[in-house]
Amino acid sequence: MTINEIQDEIIGEFAFFDDWMDKYEYIIELGKDLPLINEQYKTEDHLIKGCQSLVWLHADEKDGKVQFTADSDAIITKGLIALMIRVLSDQEPADIAAADLYFINKIGLQEHLSPTRANGLLSMVKQMKMYGLALQARN
Amino acid sequence: MNKTATDIANPVLDIQKIRADFPLLEREMNGKPIVFLDSAASSQKPRQVIEAMDEYYRQQHANVHRGVYQLSQEATDAFERARELVRAFINAPTDKEIIFTRGTTEGINLVASSFGRQFLREGDEVIVSHLEHHSNIVPWQLICEQQGASLRVIPVTESGEFDMAAFRELLSDRTKIVAVNHVSNALGTVNPVEEIIREAHARDIPVLLDGAQAIPHMKVDVQELDVDFYAFSGHKMLGPTGIGILYGKSKWLEAMPPYHGGGEMIHTVSFEKTTYAELPHKFEAGTPDIAGAVGLGAAVEYMMEIGPDVIGQHEHSLLEYATAQLLEIEGLKIYGTADNKAGVISFLVEDIHPYDLGTLLDKQGIAVRTGHHCAQPLMDRYGIPGTVRASFAVYNNREDVDKLVAGVKRAVNMLR
Repeated sequence: MTINEIQDEIIGEFAFFDDWMDKYEYIIELGKDLPLINEQYKTEDHLIKGCQSLVWLHADEKDGKVQFTADSDAIITKGLIALMIRVLSDQEPADIAAADLYFINKIGLQEHLSPTRANGLLSMVKQMKMYGLALQARN
Repeated sequence: MNKTATDIANPVLDIQKIRADFPLLEREMNGKPIVFLDSAASSQKPRQVIEAMDEYYRQQHANVHRGVYQLSQEATDAFERARELVRAFINAPTDKEIIFTRGTTEGINLVASSFGRQFLREGDEVIVSHLEHHSNIVPWQLICEQQGASLRVIPVTESGEFDMAAFRELLSDRTKIVAVNHVSNALGTVNPVEEIIREAHARDIPVLLDGAQAIPHMKVDVQELDVDFYAFSGHKMLGPTGIGILYGKSKWLEAMPPYHGGGEMIHTVSFEKTTYAELPHKFEAGTPDIAGAVGLGAAVEYMMEIGPDVIGQHEHSLLEYATAQLLEIEGLKIYGTADNKAGVISFLVEDIHPYDLGTLLDKQGIAVRTGHHCAQPLMDRYGIPGTVRASFAVYNNREDVDKLVAGVKRAVNMLR
């Protein structure tokens, strides 16, 4: 699936929720199900420090596609990471670098990407795109 | 204007009437009536404050201390009346010792910079505590670095109180000033500032108190405390943002060089030699926040009308009620368990991240603060990333506490 196809799929899933708490219930489940990042990557150089929560991000390239793994100390941040990974992982570097992540606005969770939230998520998205750019340049 | 003992014994607080004074409490947050429990970060404003500022801009505004015309005189009178209200509120001996600032942070920076340049030398020491807000740490670090002085830190106990024995050991001939908070923003501990001041004064060491979290919740009498500097903010005590107060004893303020240079703070200016204005103007360079001062004056009148002691008692009863309710939640731990606390509860539930709890409370219309509360050294002391902090003001009621407790229970069930 392309990045935009996945985004549209997520938007469709979230359309079922009309209550905030239901929405977060789902995000929390996603957070709990997020595959663990390899412990060896939970180091200072993989750490994105937010004021409120911490995020670890690691990128690998396999068959020309980027594989992201990540973790956070906050479960809601983790759930949002799971969504980001679903959208951006296993994609071509050029597509990642050029991605327009509109789904986050559509599902009403843009506040978590606001700089004032300082949860590390915005920096993580920037970092994911940087990986895309760097790998695109290298290839 | 002071409330009598009878008033203190019978704190009749018409909470419905008070709540009706705060327009913001009528709004919703995320579709729910707002439960505002973040007054320690910034309080809401009664209409009396909003209207006073509105009226000032509509009817009285001109620059102060300058014009010969009637309007300028009226603006100056309104501004100076606010100073007098603040003076009376904290019982300062003279309004020369009441300096308008932008807030607590600027007040502390002013003292750190001016006092530091005059009195701190290589090898000297400044004592702060582990319980400080960053705004009572960083200004001292900056001036210590500049002057070759160093910072000494009073440790805190597990309950969130100063280790007073350690404080006594830190006091020495090298100590030039002690700067601590009156009430902790992160934990709510009311610190033994009378004792700190007494012991410091026994060695002729002046004391600065960060009063940001104390002044909204209790009667503060700077003469009774015998404190040398007392800094606080308008916006935490029902007043507007951008205005604050530094009280300082004249003997120190006279001896300190100006902080900012500009208009208003001078006597005469020439390129060879400038002489400075008298107190308090020496420390008030430039056009001040006149409307802010007027608003702060209105906030002081509002608090005087109710009575600081009555406000404190009301908040304390909410604190006790909330503490008992919250502790019934399994796995909930309160940080800051001193006997003497102001209306702040900092807590965590098991290993649930404060960000998660705060987010789910927000969606239920409950505003609390999460994170390190600008007190990272303190969070490090407890080995936690931060806490969830609920804080009370005069307009909160038991229903707010009930909603908080129900909200935390619901969130915890989802997060477990």
